[in-house]
Amino acid sequence: MSRLQVVSGKGGTGKTTVAAALALALATEGKRTLLVEVEGRQGIAQLFETEALPYEERKIAVAPGGGEVYALAIDPELALLDYLQMFYKLGGAGRALKKLGAIDFATTVAPGIRDVLLTGKACEAVRRKDKSGRFAYDYVVMDAPPTGRITRFLNVNDEVAGLAKIGPIHNQAQAVMRVLKSPETAVHLVTLLEEMPVQETADGIAELRAARLPVGRVIVNMVRPEVLDAGDLELVRTVGRSSVARALSTAGLGGARRGGNAEKLVDPLLAQAAEYAERYALEQEQRAVLGELGLPLGELPLFAEGMDLAGLYELATELRKQGLS
Amino acid sequence: MSPDPAEAPETGQAPQRADGPEKARPLSPVRALDVDPLLDDPETRIVVCCGSGGVGKTTTAAALGLRAAERGRKVVVLTIDPARRLAQSMGIDSLDNVPRRVKGTEGEGELHAMMLDMKRTFDEVVEAHADPERAAVILANPFYQSLSAGFAGTQEYMAMEKLGQLRAKDEWDLIVVDTPPSRSALDFLDAPKRLGSFLDGRLIRLLTAPAKLGGRAGMAFLNVGMSMMTGTLGKLLGGQLLKDVQTFVAAMDTTFGGFRTRADATYKLLQAPGTAFLVVAAPERDALREAAYFVERLAAEKMPLVGLVLNRVHGSGAGRLSAERALAAAENLEDPRIVDQGGGKAGLRNSPDSYGSSRSTASAAAPDAPASEEGSPADEERSVDRLTAGLLRLHADRMQLLSREQRTRDRFTARHPEVAVVEVPALPGDVHDLAGLRDIGTLLAAGATEHTELP
Repeated sequence: MSRLQVVSGKGGTGKTTVAAALALALATEGKRTLLVEVEGRQGIAQLFETEALPYEERKIAVAPGGGEVYALAIDPELALLDYLQMFYKLGGAGRALKKLGAIDFATTVAPGIRDVLLTGKACEAVRRKDKSGRFAYDYVVMDAPPTGRITRFLNVNDEVAGLAKIGPIHNQAQAVMRVLKSPETAVHLVTLLEEMPVQETADGIAELRAARLPVGRVIVNMVRPEVLDAGDLELVRTVGRSSVARALSTAGLGGARRGGNAEKLVDPLLAQAAEYAERYALEQEQRAVLGELGLPLGELPLFAEGMDLAGLYELATELRKQGLS
Repeated sequence: MSPDPAEAPETGQAPQRADGPEKARPLSPVRALDVDPLLDDPETRIVVCCGSGGVGKTTTAAALGLRAAERGRKVVVLTIDPARRLAQSMGIDSLDNVPRRVKGTEGEGELHAMMLDMKRTFDEVVEAHADPERAAVILANPFYQSLSAGFAGTQEYMAMEKLGQLRAKDEWDLIVVDTPPSRSALDFLDAPKRLGSFLDGRLIRLLTAPAKLGGRAGMAFLNVGMSMMTGTLGKLLGGQLLKDVQTFVAAMDTTFGGFRTRADATYKLLQAPGTAFLVVAAPERDALREAAYFVERLAAEKMPLVGLVLNRVHGSGAGRLSAERALAAAENLEDPRIVDQGGGKAGLRNSPDSYGSSRSTASAAAPDAPASEEGSPADEERSVDRLTAGLLRLHADRMQLLSREQRTRDRFTARHPEVAVVEVPALPGDVHDLAGLRDIGTLLAAGATEHTELP
């Protein structure tokens, strides 16, 4: 199992949730994981129902069996100041730089520096050891930018390494790339069983592979329960309206005669079933497309009531059950 | 279950409503957004669709563009990062930086579509403002190449730049813009200013010409900071990069007026009458939270927000049957003992006789079924029961989804009652062609009128 687990996915597929569940799953049985956020959205804090995360590694959850999940929201400005302090002992001068807009420049507009700082911090956590020589974290899970930007984000170090041909940023970029392109890293893509996310996942995988970044798994998220199976859907097409009306009536929903309450339910219920059938067929198609990617697939269920802390633990259990963690 | 479930709903029911299609009916907005008058108004020149990722923003932009075109206007849709499918749905294999006419639209109007190529757009800016020799120097500069190839802020800046260009040409009646899939809603408004102020700002001036400031009193301190900083940045980035930046800025600076000025002009264009912002969301917690944030931000920036497009709203034609009753009924069908209330009858339930007798008196008057079905074998009836139970469970899921969507939406409207809303019903599949986009346009326009009929 790679020690740096990068989780990406199209917007709206729930990649933050999956990253958090993965961090929990990996922490089970006394392990320690770090969940890293790089986009300043405070999505982790919302999920774990805590206050906004500072730029500081902080314990946010305890996993079954005594493991611990730490979280860190990497702020590029603070990461840069941190970095300046570490390498140049520039504590106070950092503030002066900030005043001049240099920090803003370096973290916002300067080519890729922001991304180098973000990935650099994550890689530092991966490599960090305590005094006894043990790794500080067994696993680092990154809630990464969306699929459309993930390759550029991870590969930016290569670009920066080309741009800044010497100097510490150059060295840093090289060191980070060594981690990111090694088996120590796995990039997972979260998708839904819908056309656009699946297409984007396929494109994303091609890009990652072209950049020689290690692709891990595809995780299909928010999979709806199968309320009607293929046999039911076959029957929906042929069933007599009056038989359904009678069954509804038997179930206590009113009269089956024309205009009766049960009878009036038949058309809308069959219409909903037809919509379901259409979606079911689309989902089967998308499953087939995903199957052709040649990657291990995982599936996580939809929590109709919305995601909360309890749901997160359930997803973590599910990930472990499927051997995804 | 209620003691007399069969009769209860029958009495208080208004037949015309129960029979109506009732799609997307359950959510009743405080104010309805009427899309057609907005698209028809010749004063409307720019429509900006913004919102978080994955809510159908690009599809909404394309559908609005098509609708406006088919209502007679000459429209260009500027998409930032369309799914390939969307380009194909407009009959274009690939979109590029030049508006392409979309074929197959109906009526007098025209629809054109283009996709932002930020590098190309940046290059055009340079080429338009510098003499060829200087332009060549800039275009070959490594710092410029990285900057233009799409790092933080460039895409947003170039989207605004392109919008400004399109508007300046005055070739189109209406420009529909889809905003970049930013990390957060803020980026879209901030990045142009940020990039503008950086390229045009103090830091750059200090970097490129620190000597100019030497004489001015009060700047001495800055100058000390400056040399230290140039040194630090140099150390950090490597001297070559810093030199590239300096050359780049020097070349840019002398060739065309400040980026800041351009960013400000676009910003003012967005604030001007004739621009309409639409926030796009789905009735989900995160998307609406982001939408609320955007609404507040637009207000703070004095940007003209016209309303919220709420995509993928679910409805049900059987809205009067609650999730609870549907589930209870499903259980009855799956486990007949509950309905029969007596173990003895359960075993017999599937025979035609007991089927008839197990029905309560309330539904006894239902012999309108054709005779052929009356005589169907017991196992077929069982499978119909099973299917019907499935239909009821499906309905229960739908009703639960509906009420969640309603709660989420209500939270938004409570916070922003001033925002007009239009709802677009959820469709089971994706949009594949112009007809699909046209349907969405119809739904967008119908959303408003449908709601005005609600109490």
